Amino acid sequence: MLNGVLKSVQLVGSASRARLCSAPTELVGGISFKLSEEQQSLQELARKFTADEILPVAAQYDVSGEYPWPVIRKAHSLGLMNLSLPKWLGGLELGVFDECLATEEFSFGCSGIQTAILGNGLGASPLLMFGTKEQQKEYLGRLIDEPLMCAYAVTEPGAGSDVAGIKTTAVRKGDDWVINGQKMWITNGGVANWYFVLARSDPDPKTPAGKAFTGFVVDRDTPGVNPGRKEDNLGQRASDTRGITFEDVVVPAKNVLGTPGMGFKIAMGAFDKTRAPVGAGAVGIAKRALHEATQYAMQRKTMGVPIAQHQAVAFLLADMAIGLETARLAVWRAAYEADCGRRNTYYASVAKAFASDVANKSASDAVQVFGGNGYNKEYPVEKLMRDAKIFQIYEGTSQIQRLIISRELLAAAMSVKS
Amino acid sequence: KYIHIINKADMAASKGLKILVGCKRVIDYAVKVRVKPDRSGVVTEGVKHSMNPFDEIAVEEAVRMKEKKLAGEAVAISVGPPQSQETLRTALAMGIDRAIHVEIPLAQLEKLQPIHVSKLLAKVCESEKPDLVILGKQAIDDDCNQTGQMLAALLDWPQATFASKIEPSQDSKQLRVTREVDGGLETIDVSVPAVVTSDLRLNEPRYATLPNIMKAKKKPLAKMSPDQLGVDLQPRQEVISVEDPPVRKAGAKVESVEDLVGKLREKGLVK
Repeated sequence: MLNGVLKSVQLVGSASRARLCSAPTELVGGISFKLSEEQQSLQELARKFTADEILPVAAQYDVSGEYPWPVIRKAHSLGLMNLSLPKWLGGLELGVFDECLATEEFSFGCSGIQTAILGNGLGASPLLMFGTKEQQKEYLGRLIDEPLMCAYAVTEPGAGSDVAGIKTTAVRKGDDWVINGQKMWITNGGVANWYFVLARSDPDPKTPAGKAFTGFVVDRDTPGVNPGRKEDNLGQRASDTRGITFEDVVVPAKNVLGTPGMGFKIAMGAFDKTRAPVGAGAVGIAKRALHEATQYAMQRKTMGVPIAQHQAVAFLLADMAIGLETARLAVWRAAYEADCGRRNTYYASVAKAFASDVANKSASDAVQVFGGNGYNKEYPVEKLMRDAKIFQIYEGTSQIQRLIISRELLAAAMSVKS
Repeated sequence: KYIHIINKADMAASKGLKILVGCKRVIDYAVKVRVKPDRSGVVTEGVKHSMNPFDEIAVEEAVRMKEKKLAGEAVAISVGPPQSQETLRTALAMGIDRAIHVEIPLAQLEKLQPIHVSKLLAKVCESEKPDLVILGKQAIDDDCNQTGQMLAALLDWPQATFASKIEPSQDSKQLRVTREVDGGLETIDVSVPAVVTSDLRLNEPRYATLPNIMKAKKKPLAKMSPDQLGVDLQPRQEVISVEDPPVRKAGAKVESVEDLVGKLREKGLVK
């Protein structure tokens, strides 16, 4: 119902995505939940890769915090990275839905490693949607040729949710731009080959956000780009998060994305493609939590029986299952809307907000099922709790998501004649 | 009887061997198999299936031989239900050039035996004329370890079973196969055409990369029926019942050697 009322904005470069929603494989009255053969193959490959390459090493990367290069290289060699890059660049041009399938599988193994593998999605999104062919060939082509990483540098120490409040400046100097400022919490910050950087190009504080910012593609080796130390975080410790200082960084005009002043729209546009996959990452944690808790509950005995036979425990598992099934469907709907070429903001926010809450509750409940053992590092569930928390924070906090959802639904309600 | 003569010198030449690889769709090795309540067989409905692991090794070997230019064309074949197509797509994704599916109707599937499969394969060999057939040494569902040997006998071709290594012979006119046998390793030279069955240590199968999985959809997959091949699938065995292995009984601990000998005497196992 809201669909017909919300404005449908065609996102640049997404015309080819329409093919994905016109080929369902088990249509019952117009709806299908069945994966296509290709999607099943992708899911199987991702699942096998997770079991063989991610699960055995996840705990060790969580302790050391080292960047999982061997896993990344293997994923790259199998074609499991950069799934959405266009065919003309040598990519597979898969949709957001396919990205979600792979993300959920990797996240089941380790959401930190998953963030590393699929972190390129967020950095590449602005280029995919607003880059010129030359820019795409130069920067996205690199990602296909080698296992290189990129990063999305928008957040600052003083501005996370308040993107319009960022203070990094971009000043025109002849044909070039000079960027000065400080970014923070940038995923892949220390390992990226290039960054998407958002900076304020109009110093006048009265200029509206929609015109005051510009998006740039900045090479890592540009003089003045200084990634800070790797941050020591609670969870997703295999992922590389850093502050980055930009000191008189000179960027040529050809590295401007879109046109000067368009930056805010570009930065926000990226999220419509990446929020569903982030939700899928949360679903992966929820699935792992349920799996571990179920296995444990069947083995561990109290009062003479496996604890799974105590309803209090069984009900914890049931609630995890309820969360898992519904979160996955919400993610699928958001991905489907994006692949159909529609603006999926409302669905993407619903999916991300809900899935991140489900992941946190499921992980916490999994620790509960494990009891004292769950609190201990010898067992895999405490890591799930630590990893899950960030899903309520990055890619738009749960509070911001609720802001978006309420705005969308109120805008829809107000445009209907009562 | 079918006789196929090839110029042995061709093996070392640029054309390369034509390889036919057998793939069977079986219940996945990780699944806990359950016996049907009526004891007529095991539960297969809704159960995860995949390519027989020894057949994956056979496919991998064929692809490696292509990469080493020992082989020119590799064809995969599967005898099984409609879903065997998925198994063949996996083979294609690993690097096989084209596939043949001999489709067996569901009703006859449960009664299919190695003797039938080897006859079907022999018929296909008549038209395809491969230089080398590589099969998995056995399937993990029935553990028969018969199809390769039967096929070689039907074709009157040499066989090299339980292969852990396949390479050209010293003079490049034959294949030198190292076999894993009870006593250790046996190396033999076989002339082609031949049947080889793969053992565990022959190689480690590759992942199919995602781009290759997508490309596999476009590779040719031909369908055939047992009638077209003129093979009679009349069952020659009847399965009376399928049961779980007996539950392992608990053992008993003894305190000393004297106790142990005493217990063995009690059971009449020692005089």
